[in-house]
This record gives sequence, C-alpha cells and structure tokens, in this order.
Amino acid sequence: MTETLLNAAGHGLVLVGLLFFLAGSLGLLRFPDIYARLHALTKAHNLGLGLLCSGLALQASALSEAAKMMLVWLLVLIASGIGATLVASTANTCGIVPRQVSRRIRHKRPREPKE
Amino acid sequence: MTLAQWSFDLLLAGGLLWLGWQALFEKRRFSAVVHFMAFNLLMALVWVRLSAPDIALAEAAIGAGVTGALLLTALGRLPSGTSSGAHPHRWHPHWRYLAVISACISTAWLIAVVPQLPSPGLAGEIEAVMPATGVDHAVTAVLLNIRALDTLLEVAVMLAAVVLVWSLGPTLRPLPPATILPGLPALSRLLHPLFLLVPTYLLWRGTHAPGGAFPAGAVLGAGGVLMLLADEVGWMQRQHWQRLLRLLLVSGLALFVLVGLGGLLMTGTFLSIPLGVARLLIMAVEIAMALSIALMLMALYLYGEPGQ
Amino acid sequence: MSDYYATVAALLCGMAVIGLFRAHDLLHRILALNVLASAVFLLLVTLARTESGTDPVPHVMVLTGIVVAVSTTAAALALTIRAYERRRQREDER
Repeated sequence: MTETLLNAAGHGLVLVGLLFFLAGSLGLLRFPDIYARLHALTKAHNLGLGLLCSGLALQASALSEAAKMMLVWLLVLIASGIGATLVASTANTCGIVPRQVSRRIRHKRPREPKE
Repeated sequence: MTLAQWSFDLLLAGGLLWLGWQALFEKRRFSAVVHFMAFNLLMALVWVRLSAPDIALAEAAIGAGVTGALLLTALGRLPSGTSSGAHPHRWHPHWRYLAVISACISTAWLIAVVPQLPSPGLAGEIEAVMPATGVDHAVTAVLLNIRALDTLLEVAVMLAAVVLVWSLGPTLRPLPPATILPGLPALSRLLHPLFLLVPTYLLWRGTHAPGGAFPAGAVLGAGGVLMLLADEVGWMQRQHWQRLLRLLLVSGLALFVLVGLGGLLMTGTFLSIPLGVARLLIMAVEIAMALSIALMLMALYLYGEPGQ
Repeated sequence: MSDYYATVAALLCGMAVIGLFRAHDLLHRILALNVLASAVFLLLVTLARTESGTDPVPHVMVLTGIVVAVSTTAAALALTIRAYERRRQREDER
C-alpha cells in the first residue's frame, strides 16, 4: 500500500517538475534579455530539478539512492546559482544594460522618497 | 525495448546530430564552441545508454568540461570575427564539390555496412584471464594489466603534448577571466572537498566496478581547471615549485615504467605483474596516474610554461 | 539498439569529414576533428556490444582515446594561438 502511494506521489512530483522545466525553457526562448533569461533558467529549472529529484527519490529502492538524488540537486543548486551570478556579472562588465521597465508603468508606481 | 526508451534514443540521436551539425557548420566561432560543448554533454548521455558509465564520466569531465574550457580560453585569444585569410591555401571549388560528394558516398556506404561489421569479440578471452589480473573489473584489468602498454603509451602521448604546449612560450597572461568575478573563488571553495572526495571514491571503486584512474583523473583535472580559473593555484607559477611540478607531472609515467621494469625482472616480460602483488601495484599505478593526468590537464590549460 | 547508434555514428563521421575540409578557420577544423573522434569512439563502443556481453577492450581504447583527444586538442589550440599572435606581431611591425 505505502509502496503504491509513494510511487504515485513520485510520478506526480516528476510530472510537476517537468512542467517547471517546460516553463523555464519557454522563458529562455521568449524572455527579452540575458538577465531575464537567467532568471527563468535558474529559478524554474532548479525548482523543476528539485521536484524531479524528490520524485525519483520517493521511488528509489534504498535510502542511499535517495540521498544521491538529493545530492545531485544540491550540487546543481550551488553550481547554477554561482554560474548565473558569473554570467550576469560578466554581462554587466561587458556593458549589457538590463532592459528597463517602460516609463508608463514607472509613473504608476513612483519610487519611494529617500529618507 | 519499450516505447519510452525508443523515443528517448530518438531524441538523443536527433539532438546529437543537430548539435554536431551546428558545431561543424556554424560560422560564428563562439556559437560553434558552445554547440560542441553541448554535443559532448549529450555524448555522455549516449555512453550511459550504451552501458559504458566510466566512459560517460570521463567524457562529461574531459569532453564537456576541460575541452570546453580550453576552447573558450583559446577563443578569447583569437581575433574576433570569422577569420579572413587565416587559411591562405584554398581549394578550387571543383575539388571541394568532388570531396563533398565522395564523403557523402562513403558515409552512405559506411551506414550500409555498419550492421554487418564483425564485433571484436574478445569478451570471452578477457573473462578467462580475469582471475589472473588481480582486479575484479574488466575495464580496469584491460587498462592496467592486460593491455597496460597502450595505457603507458597514452600517458606518454599526454606528457608529450604538455611538453609541446610548454615549449611554445611562457603562460598566457592575464589568465582568464580578465575581470574579477567574486563568485568563482566561492564556487571552487565550496566544491574543493567534493573534487577530492569523488576521485578518491572513483579510484577505490575502480578495482571492482566502473571507475578507476581515467574518470578519477578527469574529474580531478576538471576541478583543477576550475581552480586555475579562480586563480587559486599560485604555486604553479612560482619559481621554486617548478622542479616539484615537473616531478609530479612525470610521476604517473615513471611509476608505470618502474612497475613494468619490475615485472621484467620478476617474470621476464615487460609490464607483466605477478598475481601476488597485482592488486597493490595496480592501485599504486592508478593513484599516480590519476594525479598526473589531473595535473597534466591543468598544465595543458596554462597554454605555456609557468614560472617564466 | 547498437545498430541504431552505429548509424548515428556513421552519419556523424560523414558530417565531421565534410566539416573538416569545408572549414577555413583553424578553430573550426579542431572542432571538426573532435566531432570526428567522438563519432569514431561511438562506432567502436557500439561494435563492442554483442548478445554475449560487452567487450571491454574497445571501452579501454575509447577511454584512452578521450584523453589523447583532449591532449591533441590542447596542443593544436596552443599552436593556433601562437600562430595568430605571431601574425599579429608581424603586422604590427610593418
């Protein structure tokens, strides 16, 4: 009984993770500039990978296997977090300016005055 | 084979061919290099599918990691844009058409004959001599006992490449990245323990399961290149470390040759290891080889002789 | 499945050979050589898989081959970089 439940939960988590991957990839293709694309990649894909790994860990036969799955997620989190920072700071050094929000929206929400 | 496996293989092969095409025929250098790196990552997946996990590990660490770093560094050094006149001797168009057509014909012929090619079929023989090699994993046994001469010469080739690269001049300066990136030292500091732990685990595993000196050396070398990128290996550039650095570089080859000579003295054949000490000696050679492969990968990445 | 990947390897071989002599740029040539090496490795490993089991000898050849490929790539890239730098120096002197 628990076996079936765990399996079903694992499949569900994998499916949800795949949806996040899809969203992240869509963002990578559709977002306007490099910073927004990095955002899509790191946030959506890392969450997707986390769900995928937990889904697989739930179906794993041994505890050590599940721990390895989670280790994969942890390592990718570290690498992609720092990698994204590196890409963004290199782009910034190279003079790529983040795309600004259009003026109309900025008028609606004025910046808070400095104290 | 299930439908899921079929579709996965189809996707994998399609991606491989597309990335290979992009890497080969993309005019912009940067794009070609990035596609090539992705191609190597997919190759690692293909190795997993073909149940060759040790090749997959080496491919992921060397093909996608170290080769990618080498190519990107070279890219930063080359003049930008597609090179004009980089290759002054161009073929006459007729010859090029002829060459392309003949390549297409030979590819078609290769595809036609590939399923009928005889397989090497040495699995049985290897199985028969496995008890006499001192290790339980066939790949390690072939690598370090049965066909040890190939491995010895391979390390020699790698050392020759290091000698060639270092003989061209001093290390290229400044080492990339030219800009100061605060995240890079943090990344390599976080990953240092793992870059030591994983190769050790792989080395230990090599005697009975996929693993061994090559994947371990590749992973360690990839970590070393990351350290070079973060500019954390200043000792490689210092004058009084040069002698030790060179000693470490040749240590794998030297120990291998010593073991071979020992085999010559004890059994009368170069590189044949007596069963009693086989496990111990293979382990020692593997450790020295992993260290020197890693160091040689780092030495290649310097693109020149350090300490000048 | 082996036949399937062997076909892929053969296709990659053909593509890499054509790419090798279509390329005018030295870096592209090095890339093409690397793709060719990968294709040959793939062919070797697919040939090693039979019904009776996997033959470890081609595996070992591929493992050593990967390391040799990265060494030759590094040497070729170093030569390319030096060649470009030498040419730039000569043009500056003129």
